[in-house]
Amino acid sequence: MIRLSHVVKSFPNGAVVLKDVSFHVRKGEFVFLTGHSGAGKSTLMKLLYAEQRPTHGEVRVGGHLVHTLKVDEIPRLRRRLGIVFQDFRLLEDRTTAENIAFALEVTGARHDTIPARVTRVLTQVGLAPKAQAYPRELSGGEQQRIAIARALVNEPAILLADEPTGNLDERATRGVFQLLRDINAAGTVVVMATHDLDLVRQTAYRTIEMREGAVIYDSATDDTDGPAAR
Amino acid sequence: MRLLTREALLSFRRAPLLSALSITTIAFSLFTVGLFGLVAINLRQALRTIEERVEIVAFVLRGTPPETITLASQDIATFPEVLTVNYVTEEEALERARRELVEFRDAYRDLQVNPLPASLEIRLREGFRDAANAGHVAERVRGFTFVEDVRFGRDWIERLDDLRNLAGILGLVIGAVFAAVAVVIIGVTIRLTLLQRAREIHIMRLVGATNWFIRGPFLLEGVLKGFLGGVLALALCYAGFSVFRSNTPALTGLVFFNPLQMLMILVFGVILGFGGSLISVGRHLRNVGGGMDRRVA
Repeated sequence: MIRLSHVVKSFPNGAVVLKDVSFHVRKGEFVFLTGHSGAGKSTLMKLLYAEQRPTHGEVRVGGHLVHTLKVDEIPRLRRRLGIVFQDFRLLEDRTTAENIAFALEVTGARHDTIPARVTRVLTQVGLAPKAQAYPRELSGGEQQRIAIARALVNEPAILLADEPTGNLDERATRGVFQLLRDINAAGTVVVMATHDLDLVRQTAYRTIEMREGAVIYDSATDDTDGPAAR
Repeated sequence: MRLLTREALLSFRRAPLLSALSITTIAFSLFTVGLFGLVAINLRQALRTIEERVEIVAFVLRGTPPETITLASQDIATFPEVLTVNYVTEEEALERARRELVEFRDAYRDLQVNPLPASLEIRLREGFRDAANAGHVAERVRGFTFVEDVRFGRDWIERLDDLRNLAGILGLVIGAVFAAVAVVIIGVTIRLTLLQRAREIHIMRLVGATNWFIRGPFLLEGVLKGFLGGVLALALCYAGFSVFRSNTPALTGLVFFNPLQMLMILVFGVILGFGGSLISVGRHLRNVGGGMDRRVA
């Protein structure tokens, strides 16, 4: 589903933020992307959803050659992805249901199908009773669930979550993580960038650890002890 | 389409102050253009009134048979520049002189012989009332053997030409400057709206909305604001015009925009709104596109 080959990303100021990164994520996988702040996790995520383009190397996501995509082809890629961020990125002046419907509307979904799809996905994240609430009336964990619901509503093959629990307390973190696990169990590939090692240690999911722009450990290929042991 | 309209209208509700500000800004820009336009059309109107006095007078040799003059009149009337040809007989000339030149009334009253010649008064069509065309017609009329002399006030027609050219150039330059200022101001207000809605645009991009889909509501919003700004500008122009007219009763014949000109102001507002939005949204989308767009753009 995702394949990176010798990906290098440098910026005009000379900073090299990704150095020869290669890995392959298969159908149905749940992958942790770990590392300290500045290790290159977010940049790598941005390459996956075509917010940035690699300086060298190939990025393939769900059949798209992302590194060669033209600007007008990017929306097609993004409709196959769900993207979740640490800061939720909800529209404050719209209700929960409207925030989710927005993602369907702007991608040209048939109007009469929207309410049912919104309800279904809200039920999936356990927030159907909060459909008419505004983001400010919800807790952080609930807001992140809404963001996840929005990411799911277009039925993506891949869910990219960049530090989705970074702003949440422990209980909310557990809830959101469990939700991501459920989504993965239903067949969606999940790539989750996090520096929360406790979370990583709880499960046996594949872990790719980055440091200074390079992959220093991949539990799928390395026999050495992973970050959980460090 | 429904979403497009809804999103465009929603922006008015979500940011009423900013929307009002944009519309007012557009209105004031168009108002200045409009005021200038009013001055220009009234100046042109005044010039036209003066132009109507452009007249070529061909004095006829005494003793010319009336049939010759009638035939010649018909011939002159077919010149492309000529609007009317009026034959003034010697008697009519004298009658007119008695009526109009009051101070010489006594002198004219006791005349035994009419000293005034008959003449052809030639008026030109609009668009031909300048020195070059008047000179050209005068030259041709002078070619008739029975014509003794031709006069058309070359000097003041030339001055009229200069005035007309000056008004035209000033109109174009000042109008262009005002229009350019209006475009910039509208671009800035639309950019403010965009900055306010950057988050929304960002999310639209993330969930896979196409750039045209993102642009749509902004363009419609720009068009609506341009239109409303145009309506407000016309209202302001009319208010200004009314106040001016009631305070200057000496200036008669002042005209306001005709329906076509009003429509043009509205269309101009719509074009400004649309253009301002298109440019600002385009730039914004390129800027927030990150490395991806910059490489391709």
